[in-house]
Amino acid sequence: MRDHFFIVVSAAIVTNFVLVYFLGLCPVIGVTNKSATGVRLGLATTFVMVLASLAAWVLNSFVLGAVPFLRVIAFVVAIASIVQIVELFVKKATPALYRELGIFLPLIASNSQVLGLTIFQTNRGYTLLEGLLFAVGGGLGITAVLALVGGIRERMEFAPVPAVARGPALVFMIVAMLSLVFMGFAGMA
Amino acid sequence: MSMIKLESTSGPISSRAVLTRGLWHENPVLVQTLGLCSALAVTNAVANSLAMGLATTFVLVASSIIVSTMRKIIPYEIRITTYILIIATFLAIADLVLEALVPDVHKAMGPYIALIITNCIVLGRQEAFASRQPVGLSIMDALGNGIGFTIALLLMGIPREVLGNGTFLDMRVMPATFEPWIVMVLPPGGFFMIGVLLLFVNWHDLRRTARERAHQSAASAGATGRPPRERGGEAAA
Repeated sequence: MRDHFFIVVSAAIVTNFVLVYFLGLCPVIGVTNKSATGVRLGLATTFVMVLASLAAWVLNSFVLGAVPFLRVIAFVVAIASIVQIVELFVKKATPALYRELGIFLPLIASNSQVLGLTIFQTNRGYTLLEGLLFAVGGGLGITAVLALVGGIRERMEFAPVPAVARGPALVFMIVAMLSLVFMGFAGMA
Repeated sequence: MSMIKLESTSGPISSRAVLTRGLWHENPVLVQTLGLCSALAVTNAVANSLAMGLATTFVLVASSIIVSTMRKIIPYEIRITTYILIIATFLAIADLVLEALVPDVHKAMGPYIALIITNCIVLGRQEAFASRQPVGLSIMDALGNGIGFTIALLLMGIPREVLGNGTFLDMRVMPATFEPWIVMVLPPGGFFMIGVLLLFVNWHDLRRTARERAHQSAASAGATGRPPRERGGEAAA
């Protein structure tokens, strides 16, 4: 039980996917300029990550035992299919949410967070439950960072930023500060 | 991402220009801010940066050759999936070769080798260039972008290892009294480094625009100059 709790906490905070593992920087730099958008994108990613974790566990346990070098191809195809199915499902079930998430959903397929999750999970030999907890923790950590960066960028719109620092340069500096903050949790797990 | 420029098929392009533009003016990391995950994650040591740069260049060139050769056969609707499968094939080769040749570096890079597949540069060049240009030009374009990526990685990797560890390729270069800036080899150092590099690129760009404008207004006094190019807005869009 204690171990399971640590998996969630360390995936969410101590080894945050964005700030410590550098996964999924494109959405942080490119997409998130509002806090609410960040939260929505983060939750969608979390959902895909949980499904991908399940799929990766099934593939690893029953299919890929004999052919470990096909792992990445198999994971990529699985993730792309999951995103496609989720997209179809959301489109049919809740058209309003689909319109809101429309552009983000396909982006998740090419997101290194989801692939990174499946690879980390495999390398560390997590069980099914541990993998799912890892996905939930990691996804919540991503959501938190997207919300934080989105919120800071909202405020930045009104700040007198010198021309030389406009754009990604400043966002990276801010992310560096956030990363520094999260390093403070490093001893926890 | 959205700012990958599609290559227009009209007009011949010199292979020299195709090769050199990826190095600096359209550098995939520094100018187009693509492929950042692998760029930041492995650059805490020069050896890792070099290995990642060369592996990505290999995957990029090899997949560009295949994609460009098969560009007339690949059905439009499933082109992305096809590209990903081609890239994944060469990635598996690169992974096994690195594991055999430099096991230490391979271990240090961990899962990030597999993540070359989600590197936007590799897929971006297939979609933007190799899928609509002949093989020779595609090789040039892939080489230019791959080397440009490697240069950007080294620009981050060298200061990070020298300042953060006092070494260069594991050889001590700083005096023994130098207190290493540990933060440079930790994740925040990577973000700082890319931030500093982008600041430099912005500064360089602003200066060039200013010079061009001064030149223009000197040439045609009274005529309105071209508005300055806003790199920031373009990249964040």
